[in-house]
Amino acid sequence: MPREEDCLQSIREEVGTWLDSNWDPNRPLVEWREILLAGGWAAPGWPEEYFGRGFNPAQVAAVEQVFREKKALGAAAGGPGTLARGIVLAEGTEDQKTRYLRPLLTGQHKWCQLFSEPGSGSDLAGLSTKAELRDGRWIVNGQKVWTTSAHHADFGLLLARTDWDVPKHQGISYFLLNMRQPGIEVRPLKQMNGYASFNEVFITDAIVDPRDMVGAAGDGWRLASTTLSFERQKFVVTAQLEERYADETAPIYEEYRRELDELLKPYSWYPQRAGRVDLVLPRARQTGAIADPVLRQEIAKLICLDRATDLVAAAAEAHSRSGADRVVPAGSIGKLARSEISRQAAHVHTHISGMDALFDGPHAAENGLVAEVLLSSPAMSIAGGTDEIQKNIISERVLGLPKEARTDTGPFRDVPRNIVSG
Amino acid sequence: MSLPLTEEQTHFQDVVTRFLADNADTARLRRQIELEAGYDRETWRRLCCELCLPGTHIPEEYGGHGFGPVEFGIVMHAMGRFLYSGPFMASAVMAAQAILIAGSEDQKRELLQDIASGSVVAALALDEWTRPDALGTRVQADRTDNGYRLNGSATVLVDAGVAELFIAAARGPDNSVSLYCIDAGASGVAVSSLETIDLTRRAARVQFTDATADILGVGDSLDIERLWDHLCVALALEMLGGAEELFYSTVEYMKMRVQFGRVIGSFQALKHRCADLLVSLELARAASQHALHCLASGEGDVYAPNMAKAMASEVYMDVARAAIQLRGGIGFTWEDDTHLWFRRAKSSEVLLGSPYWHRERMMQRIEELAHAA
Repeated sequence: MPREEDCLQSIREEVGTWLDSNWDPNRPLVEWREILLAGGWAAPGWPEEYFGRGFNPAQVAAVEQVFREKKALGAAAGGPGTLARGIVLAEGTEDQKTRYLRPLLTGQHKWCQLFSEPGSGSDLAGLSTKAELRDGRWIVNGQKVWTTSAHHADFGLLLARTDWDVPKHQGISYFLLNMRQPGIEVRPLKQMNGYASFNEVFITDAIVDPRDMVGAAGDGWRLASTTLSFERQKFVVTAQLEERYADETAPIYEEYRRELDELLKPYSWYPQRAGRVDLVLPRARQTGAIADPVLRQEIAKLICLDRATDLVAAAAEAHSRSGADRVVPAGSIGKLARSEISRQAAHVHTHISGMDALFDGPHAAENGLVAEVLLSSPAMSIAGGTDEIQKNIISERVLGLPKEARTDTGPFRDVPRNIVSG
Repeated sequence: MSLPLTEEQTHFQDVVTRFLADNADTARLRRQIELEAGYDRETWRRLCCELCLPGTHIPEEYGGHGFGPVEFGIVMHAMGRFLYSGPFMASAVMAAQAILIAGSEDQKRELLQDIASGSVVAALALDEWTRPDALGTRVQADRTDNGYRLNGSATVLVDAGVAELFIAAARGPDNSVSLYCIDAGASGVAVSSLETIDLTRRAARVQFTDATADILGVGDSLDIERLWDHLCVALALEMLGGAEELFYSTVEYMKMRVQFGRVIGSFQALKHRCADLLVSLELARAASQHALHCLASGEGDVYAPNMAKAMASEVYMDVARAAIQLRGGIGFTWEDDTHLWFRRAKSSEVLLGSPYWHRERMMQRIEELAHAA
């Protein structure tokens, strides 16, 4: 133990010394990140041959701590870029790593994720965007949807079908698609709550070089699952998303905050989608609704749900830290519970407002936040895997109940599917 | 927060579970509920002497094991899982907890040892029909030269028919409510059993007529709310044990029962109902574990016991309804065991306060905290 602490201390000293002689808040952001890469501090958790130092999580945390103390900025992080970094590092060819990792870390290249389609939502493996090899190049046609950041992305992680004569999971391939080409058209997708946080992407004869296929043809489904498993992991130092350095005025911080704002902009309504439980008691007190015995029951139910959901998550984390087997997938339980919290919170907010719940924007409670809760809550039980899919996961994987009989196990060509008009 | 069990705790859980599985299965349970006492005295004796379960949570200096909340939770869960019909809840939990919380040092030494060893069965009268908490008691306590004299009737909900010692809440001369200790065999104590829907948990009414009583401790009325919290959490843990047993037995049934040429567990409508129940079970389990640790540590949410009881009450009834529905007609027969759990779920739902009462109390406590802040 003491040796480990010594090791962390020497890491802290090394990175501290390096930052003292290199960190300069007056440089442009990308230029600073090039220096970071050259110094080997952009991704200390990565292997040495790819800009890293092979550090373990505790060592990475020690580096992050020094960066925060010195208010030094780290490599670009967050958003779909995190997934791109993960998949290229884990599964990419040497050539792909050489071309893509550096601009991912500097933030020069923005990425997006081209998985979902209008015709395949819950059933992602039923996707029908097509990639065909013609004259030594992949030609892609199809439509993607719910694509965050597509409007400013340089590259996309693309799933496309390359073989229609095998079962659906086996005919999908995984590509790195250049978004800056004529065959790509991006249109914002306006949601029922008025925001346009996502895009539709229309792909017409877009070209992918064969060297931009990840893995082998038909590996796409496995690689997609791997990609999604990266969503909760951190790959680079200082994913400082929670730290904006709002008081710092040097140009690099301004640039960094712009980058951050662009990244976070699509998510501004997410707290409202979750139900804004934090506003319930203050509003109930302020309006006097807290005296209503019926509403008190509903508020108490909401608090029970909300509190217990946090407790389930904390217990699951304790179990996973201890390495104990726990068959309950806390992810699916928590996801379903948070849908219920959002529904119940919207219900409670409505009845706290009474007839005022019909107003929107500046005329509505909390300057429109409550109206936003009411109109955003339905997304909670859809996004990131619908409630119904979570219930299938729980009943089949945890309770061991049999799967429904399937009709989509034959060659994909013969599987019934939606007709999508472009 | 519920932490993973240690090796010793897992072993303890296995021992308790095996004992109850071997000695308190439903075939035996059905014979025992025909007995006047409602339980098998030999099994209770072995549970006390061989496993020493009533002493699980009683400190060593008072003759118990002094185990922590985790072991106590394990025992309550197992009691609920097997619908154990002996006086564990009445004596080791309700009465012992009252003495632990309110009793003087002498009273603890004198009374707890016999409860821990099982040589005395005690029962608690906290209740009046008008309110779920003891503060509504209509038993009157008057001072005498060497103690107190009780008058009035109380519903000793659990196992009063076999108890040798009563703890009762009564209103003293200054109108404050305190806990009193009464010898069940003393003159002026009359017990009449009550018919209840829960076949595995007996209840009786006790009438005091100038019955001689000792006050527990200094008679602090705050003790009663603390006691109430402890009992609610114990009951919530017990309910979770019953709810989980009933839920998983239902899931197993769904893997066997065939209709329309497939096992009914493959129908999505039924699977989703099970998934919803599992979510509620996990939430209620987390709430009851949390409440247990809040009480043990004296920290955390002050409303945690109310939350635990409300959530356990609702999920147990939801599971009990589903357990019958998902079994179909067979689930509504006397011969099928499901109704034994259904009956326990219904009696536990209201024992120590309904979910509505506990949610209201939760809101009161949240508001008290907000005003104090």
